[in-house]
Amino acid sequence: MNTILYIIQKEFRQIFRNKGMLPIIFILPLLQLLILSNAATFEIKNIKFSYIDNDKTSLSRVLIEKFDASTYFHVMTDFPSIKAANVAMSKGEVDVILEIPRNFERDLSNQKDTDLSITINAIDGAAAGVQSVYINQIVQSFNKKVKVSLLPPSDAINIPKDIVTIPSFWYNNTLNYKTFMVPGILVLLVTMITLFLSGMNIVREKEIGTLEQMNVTPIKKYQFIIGKLFPFWIIGFVLLTIGLIIAKVVFNTPMIGSLGLIYFYTAIYLLVILGMGLFISNFTDTQQQAMFIAWFFIVIFILMSGLFTPIESMPYWAQILTEFNPIKYFVEIMRMVMLKGSSFIDILPLLIKTIIYAVIMNGLAVWSYKKTN
Amino acid sequence: MSISVKNISKSFKTVNAVKDVSFEVKEGELFGLIGPDGAGKTTIFRILTTLLFADKGTATVAGFDVIEDYKEIRNNVGYMPGRFSLYQDLTVEENLTFFATIFGTTIEENYDLIKDIYVQIEPFKKRRAGQLSGGMKQKLALSCALIHKPKVLFLDEPTTGVDPVSRKEFWEMLKRLQQKGITILVSTPYMDEAALCDRIALIQDGKILQIDDPQEIVKHFPTTIYDIKADNIYKLLLALKEYKHSYSVYPFGEFVHYTDKRDAIDTKELTLFLKDKGLNNIIIQPTETTIEDTFMELAK
Repeated sequence: MNTILYIIQKEFRQIFRNKGMLPIIFILPLLQLLILSNAATFEIKNIKFSYIDNDKTSLSRVLIEKFDASTYFHVMTDFPSIKAANVAMSKGEVDVILEIPRNFERDLSNQKDTDLSITINAIDGAAAGVQSVYINQIVQSFNKKVKVSLLPPSDAINIPKDIVTIPSFWYNNTLNYKTFMVPGILVLLVTMITLFLSGMNIVREKEIGTLEQMNVTPIKKYQFIIGKLFPFWIIGFVLLTIGLIIAKVVFNTPMIGSLGLIYFYTAIYLLVILGMGLFISNFTDTQQQAMFIAWFFIVIFILMSGLFTPIESMPYWAQILTEFNPIKYFVEIMRMVMLKGSSFIDILPLLIKTIIYAVIMNGLAVWSYKKTN
Repeated sequence: MSISVKNISKSFKTVNAVKDVSFEVKEGELFGLIGPDGAGKTTIFRILTTLLFADKGTATVAGFDVIEDYKEIRNNVGYMPGRFSLYQDLTVEENLTFFATIFGTTIEENYDLIKDIYVQIEPFKKRRAGQLSGGMKQKLALSCALIHKPKVLFLDEPTTGVDPVSRKEFWEMLKRLQQKGITILVSTPYMDEAALCDRIALIQDGKILQIDDPQEIVKHFPTTIYDIKADNIYKLLLALKEYKHSYSVYPFGEFVHYTDKRDAIDTKELTLFLKDKGLNNIIIQPTETTIEDTFMELAK
């Protein structure tokens, strides 16, 4: 016990003496949290909108004004012809072209169908999808208005009532992306820092030769491993705490569930990550190698965590792969507990999976750590 | 026997690092493994300190088998690897305390053993190990290797890269440790240090060439060695190699060491031969055989 405590003390000393690492451990992740949470939003604003009004009537102007009034669209140009508009699109000057046909007002007044032509720059497919939804919403609301104003009053009684859907967004009713992103990004940062640090730590002893010196001492495998990894377990908690404070103070993220539950889950989750770090360091000889391997896994974990793309939309095999992604579990738990207020029973299935993961990962890591070759 | 090595072999992928090596070290002996870089010295050390398994053969250290009783060995030996391998970002005192704690002891408990060495670095005990000079690092590493009062001390090239004064001091320290009953196995590429050991094993390419005490090894040398000097050492080397009676020629400090195929050389004839080759200020004198000469002869 004494030995473990002394190793832990030694590790902390070394961490706090490393003037280069300290800011990397504590300041950079929090800067990332602040920057990423503000930047990583799926809302699309300031869409560069242009139109060709072939009709030039009061009705066509109403439609354009509707776009202008929307905060999503930045109405800029009115092109004389579709050709000119296409040139502007190819230069990247506009994102959306709306073409209003000739006789737009007349056809609508005469109860005839009329078509609007919309061209969207779809280089960024996801953004184009969102833009298309926005445009449809505007056109639909315009449609309703037109029906009411253009139909003669006698007919107005007979028009069938439209079915209107009013979505109610639970757990994040203002659809605030920050609410959604902050817990997820916090998870990424905690995972990244603890994995990188623990992965590099034992390799560092290999690199500077102290591991060999340690290996000829009677120190037990478990004492050494616990002593080496415990400080990073603590650092994980410190990062989580600072991150949660920022989430509350800066982003005002709701924290409905119990913080104790989050900490309890983190305690187990960090074991998975530390085991992974140890495992990586057992199979590498330099910090550089360890860093590259850790980075490789982190990138996969992040992209397949459901944070940036929903897991439900991944192909089936990829969905199975995400079962091995610890970040996925943590992101889910954080959102469940913080935004939904889930209880211990709700997270139990994920918790059990995490525990199994931790046992397997650490088992592998300890098994592959050898004092002798 | 404090260390006993029987028919140890070890190879790495394509290299046979150690080939059928056997030797024994008595209790309280200062035993030297002498050989050039790549001779297999470090591999033998790593096998004896339980860091590496031998492919073949058996070895015991302080009466414990290196494979079965490796735990006991780790409690009873001190190892100082060739490369400085203490924590550079911890201070002198922290390093020493750390290793004392790992071995379940304290600095105070074994202070008398390290006192001689530690007093020299004690003024710098608050300094980080990374900022020490080469000689002081060596002393700190030795202190750390001794802190648990080991029965056997393994020193892998302890004086490589250390200045001559510190080297001399270091060997004096080893002599004093030996008097305290610690068996010491030391390796070095410096032949002049070999004379300071009780017994030495000359090793090259993973094979032991000879084991004996330094005086005996020198005595075995078959013939007389001559120091030869002239105004141009390089020309001298070439000329001597051409000389028909020449047996071996190699540079040795400011002289060239020369041995002849005959029992005695004809100084006059050789001088004339060298003058013929355009060399001046020729000095030819018999000299005492050193371990290096023996090594060069054996390694031939």
